[in-house]
Amino acid sequence: METLIILLTGFLVSVAVYLLLSRSLVRVIIGTSLLSHAVHLLLLTMGGLKKGGVPIIGEKTLAYTDALPQALILTAIVINFGVTALFLVLAFRTYQETGTEQLDQLRGMADE
Amino acid sequence: MNNIIVLPMVIPLFTAIILIFFLSYVRVQYWLSLVALVITAALSGYILELIQREGILRLDFGQWPPPFGILFVADSFATILVLTASIVSALILIYAYYAGQSEHDHPRFFYSLILFLVAGVNGSFLTGDIFNLFVCFEVMLLASYVLITLGGRKRQLRESVKYIGINVLSSWLFLVAIAYLYGTAGTLNMAHLAERMAEAGPTPLITVISILFLIVFSLKAGLLLYFWLPGAYSAPPTAVAALFGALLTKVGIYALFRIFSLLFYHDPFVSETLLGIMAALTLIGGSIGAVAYNDIRHIVAYNVVIAVGFILVGLAIATPAAIEGSIYYLIHDMIAKGLLFLLAGTIVTLTGTGKIEEMSGLIRHYPLLGWLFFIVILSLVGIPPLSGFIGKVLLGQGAVQAEAYLLLGLAFLSSLFVLYSLLRIFLNCFWGETTISEGEETPLRKGLIIPSFILAMLMFGLGLGAELLAPYVKEAAETLLNPNLYIEPILYQ
Repeated sequence: METLIILLTGFLVSVAVYLLLSRSLVRVIIGTSLLSHAVHLLLLTMGGLKKGGVPIIGEKTLAYTDALPQALILTAIVINFGVTALFLVLAFRTYQETGTEQLDQLRGMADE
Repeated sequence: MNNIIVLPMVIPLFTAIILIFFLSYVRVQYWLSLVALVITAALSGYILELIQREGILRLDFGQWPPPFGILFVADSFATILVLTASIVSALILIYAYYAGQSEHDHPRFFYSLILFLVAGVNGSFLTGDIFNLFVCFEVMLLASYVLITLGGRKRQLRESVKYIGINVLSSWLFLVAIAYLYGTAGTLNMAHLAERMAEAGPTPLITVISILFLIVFSLKAGLLLYFWLPGAYSAPPTAVAALFGALLTKVGIYALFRIFSLLFYHDPFVSETLLGIMAALTLIGGSIGAVAYNDIRHIVAYNVVIAVGFILVGLAIATPAAIEGSIYYLIHDMIAKGLLFLLAGTIVTLTGTGKIEEMSGLIRHYPLLGWLFFIVILSLVGIPPLSGFIGKVLLGQGAVQAEAYLLLGLAFLSSLFVLYSLLRIFLNCFWGETTISEGEETPLRKGLIIPSFILAMLMFGLGLGAELLAPYVKEAAETLLNPNLYIEPILYQ
């Protein structure tokens, strides 16, 4: 199961990198969002996937689920949501102001 | 256990929320935020004194004993930086208030955002949990994303797209590094991690993780990976740029110091060789950039890069004298870069241009501005009795002891480049025939020059009063060099 999730993570990262390398700003933003999803899966896998137990260690427990990665992911998702929302609004404002969302046209002059 | 150490983060945070209810009352917002920052500064001074008496303080949230819960840890190093950050941001706030008054474009959320930024910065300094460090970094960065765009000019929007892009990517790498670290060590508490890393030694996996962290914090600090920095730091309004120059890269530097002195010091290849090479290249690149541009804002931004390289030379050498020198220089640089950005921004506002060849003879109309600029040059170059001197001497001493002559040479050569690049501004802008005739000059308001004046006085104070600060800096360096001093009070008391 871990191997499968890691492969999925790798696939998501490759898709995200492809999107990040494109010229359109919106695609880049979608890329960053996908990138975060990939890392959330990675965090989950790193804590060990579910083994059918509750997250409480007792003297007689055999299976135990690590609860910490869930807490980390929850926080990371909220942060990612905030950043993506802000980035999208900014992209829209940039489009309004400069009339383009192509990154190569946003390079800007050295002197102004 | 001491509740007081959460206050430097909580006071700015709650004040920022309260300010949102006073959106249309700029004056109320200004005074509230100023009072909040002054209280924060006073409290951190008190905490510093408390650490001196009682040792490292910690606060376990929800009474969960470490390593199970999240905690705040206040040692001398973190608290000195909190103190400096609070003072510098309070002074920059005063500047922002008067600058906003004259420009009539006071964005309404400005003060809230500055306080959120300060809360994130202070939280990053004080946290003792590596995931919490990530969260505090994000608080700080989100505030900075909005601050860099406030005003919404074309240039700001364009630069902010790149700034946010690069920071989202580095935050992603941060999370990847945390995931691997958690998978390897099974904990996120820094003291606990330090212990487990010491048990495990430098296995290849841990070396890879340490390099990931090196990349993450180098991106944030502008160590070698500083290509985003000059653009982003030259776009926003003066006060925001000063805040960025004084605080943001310093948080990255703090994280590098903490991580590489506490967790990953077992592998000298990463913590000494690689860091040393990166610091050397940063010094070279920053020096070239500083002399290559004709725009004040770019020159000043490249000076930030040089300082980052200089401070991290101390970490790469890692002798007691070098670390002490780095800490002194870090404090000095927060004050000096704040001042330098404020002065450069004031010059740009007064003349309406950033190009040094288009201005001349400013000292005739603005003598105080000119002399303050001259003082900051002397301080950055390291002329006694100003504050840059003691840091440079100690760092040089440490480098000689460790026989790191190449780094020593580059570090001091970079000072000459700093001198040249800033003197070029000084000669072009302040000397020469004035182009503005008598009575036609834009008046320089007192509110704009007073914060700069206080910052300059602070530099004198830090230079002359280094002896007063010495016990705190010594203790900070000791804790950095002996991880057990940090681990002991957290895990075993």
